[in-house]
This record gives sequence, C-alpha cells and structure tokens, in this order.
Amino acid sequence: MTTKQKALAWQALAVIAAGAVVLWFAHNVVDNLAQRSITFGFGFLFTRAGFDIPFHLVAWDESFTYGHALYVAGVNTLFAAALIIILASALGLALALMRLSGNPLAVGTARVLIEVIRNTPQLTQIVFFYLAVLQVLPPMRQSIHVGASIFLNVRGLYVPAPSGTGWDWIVAGTIVIVMIAAVSWRRLGVQVPRLIVLPPVLLLGLVLAGFTAQWDPPALKGFNFVGGVRLPPELVALTLGITVYTSAFIAEIVRAAIMGVHRGQAEAARSLGLSAAQTMFVVILPQALRILIPPLTSQYLNIIKSTTLGAAIAYPEILQVYARTVLNQSGRAIEVMTLVLGVFLAINLLASAAMNAWNRHLTLQGR
Amino acid sequence: MRHPLVRALFGTKLNAAITLLMLAAFALVLPPLFRWAIGTAVWNAPNRAGCEAADTGACWAFIRARLALFFYGIYPVDQRWRVDAGLVVLVVIGTGALFARRHRGLWLLALAVLIPVIDGILLVGGIFGLELVPTGQWGGLMLNVVISFVALGGSIPLGIALAFGRRSKYPVIRYGSIAMIEFWRGVPLLAVLFMGLILLPLFLPNGVNIDNLVRALVVLTLFTSAYMAEIVRGGLQGVQSGQPEAALALGMHTAQVQLLVVLPQALRLSIPGFINIAVDLFKDTTLVSIVGLFDLMGVVNQSLKDTAWTGLAAEGYTFAALVFFFACLIISLGGSVLERHFAIAPGSTKH
Repeated sequence: MTTKQKALAWQALAVIAAGAVVLWFAHNVVDNLAQRSITFGFGFLFTRAGFDIPFHLVAWDESFTYGHALYVAGVNTLFAAALIIILASALGLALALMRLSGNPLAVGTARVLIEVIRNTPQLTQIVFFYLAVLQVLPPMRQSIHVGASIFLNVRGLYVPAPSGTGWDWIVAGTIVIVMIAAVSWRRLGVQVPRLIVLPPVLLLGLVLAGFTAQWDPPALKGFNFVGGVRLPPELVALTLGITVYTSAFIAEIVRAAIMGVHRGQAEAARSLGLSAAQTMFVVILPQALRILIPPLTSQYLNIIKSTTLGAAIAYPEILQVYARTVLNQSGRAIEVMTLVLGVFLAINLLASAAMNAWNRHLTLQGR
Repeated sequence: MRHPLVRALFGTKLNAAITLLMLAAFALVLPPLFRWAIGTAVWNAPNRAGCEAADTGACWAFIRARLALFFYGIYPVDQRWRVDAGLVVLVVIGTGALFARRHRGLWLLALAVLIPVIDGILLVGGIFGLELVPTGQWGGLMLNVVISFVALGGSIPLGIALAFGRRSKYPVIRYGSIAMIEFWRGVPLLAVLFMGLILLPLFLPNGVNIDNLVRALVVLTLFTSAYMAEIVRGGLQGVQSGQPEAALALGMHTAQVQLLVVLPQALRLSIPGFINIAVDLFKDTTLVSIVGLFDLMGVVNQSLKDTAWTGLAAEGYTFAALVFFFACLIISLGGSVLERHFAIAPGSTKH
C-alpha cells in the first residue's frame, strides 16, 4: 500500500467511525422525540413567551416572543460581562501594583489575597456575596448610602441613570472613532503606539458623555425609590464574585507582563537619553502590552463564560432564561441548548479570530 | 533609617504613605474579622437560637453539627467506613506515587488502575457482600473528590489522543480534533453540565436510564480533555526535533517514536499544566450543585435551609471556601513534588 492509499484509508476509517456515532445519536434522538411526541424546529421562537424577566435593560413584557427573550437575556449577559471586565481589570491592576510596589506590607497582603482568591471556587464566592453579604443588608428605609445618589439595601444597588439626549451619540461616536483609528493607525503616521493613545481617548469620550447627560438620581418616595436604576442583588453578587475571582488572575498576568520586559530594555532606553516617562510609555509598556494581551483576552473570555454562573442565583442571563425558563415552558431541549451553546461558541470563535489577526500583526512587525 | 526593614517600609515618601495606608486598612478590617471569627464565636450550641443567645460572633456550632454531612453527604451512616477506607487507599497510593524512591512508575500505574477498581467497589458496592449505595446518596466533599478524580483520569488519555489528532498529517483527523477541542473550550462549563443533564438522555437509546452523576462525569471528562489536549500539545511542541529524528535514525517505527520517545518527554513538560487543570477542575466541581448533585456546595446550600440552622450563610460558605483552599493547596504541593521529580537536572542530558 502506498503512502497516499494509507492516508486515504485512515481518513476514510475516521469518517466512517465518526459518521456511525453521529448516525446512532441522530437515530436515538429521532426515536426519543417520537416517543415523547415532540417535533423539532425553531418555529417556537416566534410564539408568545408569556413569562417575566425580572431584570431587563431593553424593553420586555410577557407579550414578547421567545426569540426576543434571547436578545433581552443576551443584553443582560453582555452588560454583566462588561461591568465585570472593567472592574476586574481595575482591581487586577491594583493588586499587581501592590505586588510590584516593593513595600513588604503591600506585597505580602497582595500575595495572600491572590492565593486565597485563586484557590477558592468562583461559585462559592458568588453565593457568599449573594447570601452572606447582600441578603443581610438593611431594608429600603435604612439604606446604606454613598453621597446622596447611590443607595445599597436588601433590594439591590440604586444608582443614578443617565437621561437626556446627546450623551448616547457621544458614546457611540467615540467608540466608532476609536475603532476606526485602531484599524488604520499605521496610515495615520502617529509614532506613539495605539494602545497608549486610544484607551485615554475612549475614557475622555465617556467622561464627556457623562457631563453631557442629565443624571437622574434615585430618591426614596414612600415605600420605593423613584428615578435612577436598580441593579438587583443577583447582578451585584455575580459582578462582585467574578470580579474578585478574575482580578487575582489578571493581577498575576499584569505582573508577569511587566516583569517579562527585559531589564536591559529600560537601561538601553535611559542610556539613549530617553526620559523616565518616555522609557515607560514608549519602551516598557508597549512591550509589556504585547505579552499581556493574549492571556488577558482569555481571561475576558472566561468572564463572559462565567456569567452563566448567574443561573446559580437566578440572574436572568442567557443560560438562566433559556436553559431554565424557556426550556421548562416549551420543552424544546435540543433547540434551546443549540442556541445557548451557539451564542457562546460564536463569541469565542470571533474572539479567537481577532486574537489570531493580532498575533499575525505582531509577527509581521517582526520584533 | 539603617535597618533594612525600616528602609523597606519607610524608605521614600511614597513607601511611607503606602505603609501607613496598609496599616490603616489592617486596623479597619482585621479586628472586626478576628472578633467575628474567633473572639465572639460560638462553638457549642444546639441550634441557631442557641448561638445567638450565647454570643454575637460566628456560629461555628453549625459547622460542627453538620460536619459529617459536609464530608459524606447522605451516604448511609453505617457504611461511611467505606468512604474512609477509600480515602486511605487514595492517600497511601498517592503518597507512594509522590515520594517512593523506587518503582515510581508502578505506583503511578496503581494510581491509574488500582484506585478506580478498589474505590469503585468500595463506594458503589453491590458485590463482595457490600451493600449497594446508589449515587443519589453520595455527596459532600467526597463527591467533589470522586468527580475530580474520574474526570481527570478520563481526560488524560482522551486529551493525549486529541493532541496527537491535532498534529496529524491527515486533514480529516486534524480538523476533526480541532473542532472537538475548540467546541469544548468555547462553551461555558455550566452550559456543558446542563447539556449533559438535558441532552445526554436524548442521545442514548430510548429506555436507557442514565444516572445523574454519570451524566455530569461524561460531559466533565470531555470538557476537561479539550483543555488537557492543549496542554499536551504544548508539551509535544516543546520536545526538541532532534529527539524524533534520532529515534527514526535508530530504526524505530513512527508509532514507536511518538509513543516511546516524544510522548514521555512531552508529558514531563506538561506537568505544570496538568496541575493547573487539576486545581481548576477541583474548584469547578462545585458547579454540579447547580444541576442537582449534592457536592460540598450543594450540601451547604441545603443545610442553610435547615430550620434549626437557617440562614447561616457566612459560616457555611467560609467553611466551604477554607476546605477548597486547603484541598487546592494539597494538589499544588503534590504537583510541585511531581514536577521536581520529573525535572531534568540542569546540565545533564540523561535522566
């Protein structure tokens, strides 16, 4: 047998084996569905859902369809993920700076915190925040308050809501400009790396939007708060739990990235006459960011996947709404799980495609 | 300012500020924490009301009262010696595999083959006059250990196969492996557990009833094997190309080269990755409590609804967190012993 024939034979064997397994599964599924007289199809997505989603950022009521519920739950998932990504990055950076500070007290505290957080389950932390911290908060009338506009009580966290016009356009405009600039950075001919310039620009845009918007603060009227947004305890617990857990991993990644830049780089930059700030921003940080970006992206993807733990405390994210409520009501096991898994697969495949493009871009620069 | 410690704490203005800030934070957090956990804690009380009557701190009496439940679940009380015996077998063989001077390979083989057989018989029963204990009665920390062990053990061979598959020169096998790996790595573990719970029964012939624990084990093993495959792939890439070339030049078959020369070296390089997976997996076994199994998390959740001890969440989850912390510490320490043993001594070419 020639090599080519052998290759064909092996691959044919693999295809036949895999095909046999898939066919056997398919046969069983058809058999099982027939037995329970269930039909397969995604038509149910266009029928009336008839259930409430207790927390929603976009419009929702019981007359909306199952398909629309996926959108509402998806927004809840992405909202939690965005909050956690911002907070965990900040907390992770703070822990990393503590570990790099050289002060024995700060270094020791950060080490202990990181080790304890990393070696306890994420779910335990989330449920701890939910049941042991947020459920024992005072009732509405004795809310803990920060200033006159942020209130925390057993019903959740009340924060001011942006209203008025213009701010949403500034946010959208900034994001679009930053994205265009990020893609066409080289053509713009700016010498400073885009990762140093663009995040502050984004931040500036958000601050500007914050000043443009009218803030509608929550105020206690009678038995309830009027105005503002209520972040339910489920969301607060999920955010706190995943933020704390992930920040320990991010801290180690940031520390490794900064330590990973060779000491000679800083020394060479200084001896070439660059200032301390120039050394930091043009020599150290760009190289640290190159080490940082791939593992940080994978942490961010973990955050998005971890939001499914919201199902443990009934935060209405995709898994909770679909694999629990929709499945219970419609009984469409295969369709529901396909949708849930499909959403997460799509997010991950997009992210890894972006990561590969980024890696190719770095290799092209040939550093 | 001579003493190095004084210099490290107050050397510069910034450093002094950090030191003072840290001390202030300690003063704010540690005394109340200490008072709650130890100072005013209650160790003996018949129920929650008794705790509150005695003092204001943590009600550790709750943990003491439920300790057996946290470790064994509702495993029949008169049969719990079997769990203990199983643990002894695990510890003896595990210690042997880590510290034995000679025949380390045999100890590792025992870990992979003897433990599943002996502990399987002990825990399940039904033969040798042992009473059958259905998995519905398994629970507590024991369940976390069982799930981790089975999923880890199953995912090692599967992961190795997938890693080789991903490097295969046959496109069908390569892309098949890539699809398999990327699917499991792209979906959240909890969604995977739901999938096992909901879809697995549909995929099997009509009338086959599949145990809830087995459903979780199947999907957890597949899920872990995808991460294992990536670790092993990293190990395979780390083996110097001179090794397979030399083996081929000595006249070995391709299969011999891969299995006897490349794989052992790759596995040695993969040990740190294995340890990370083991720690992550052990922590993630808590997720089975969401799909209706009563692992340590599940039992704590359940105990908080007990009318005598209702609502002692802080105590319950602090205890669970501590148990997991020390268990993960043991896994990490064991891993570093293994890593040191299999490390190549610097400057030597033979092992």
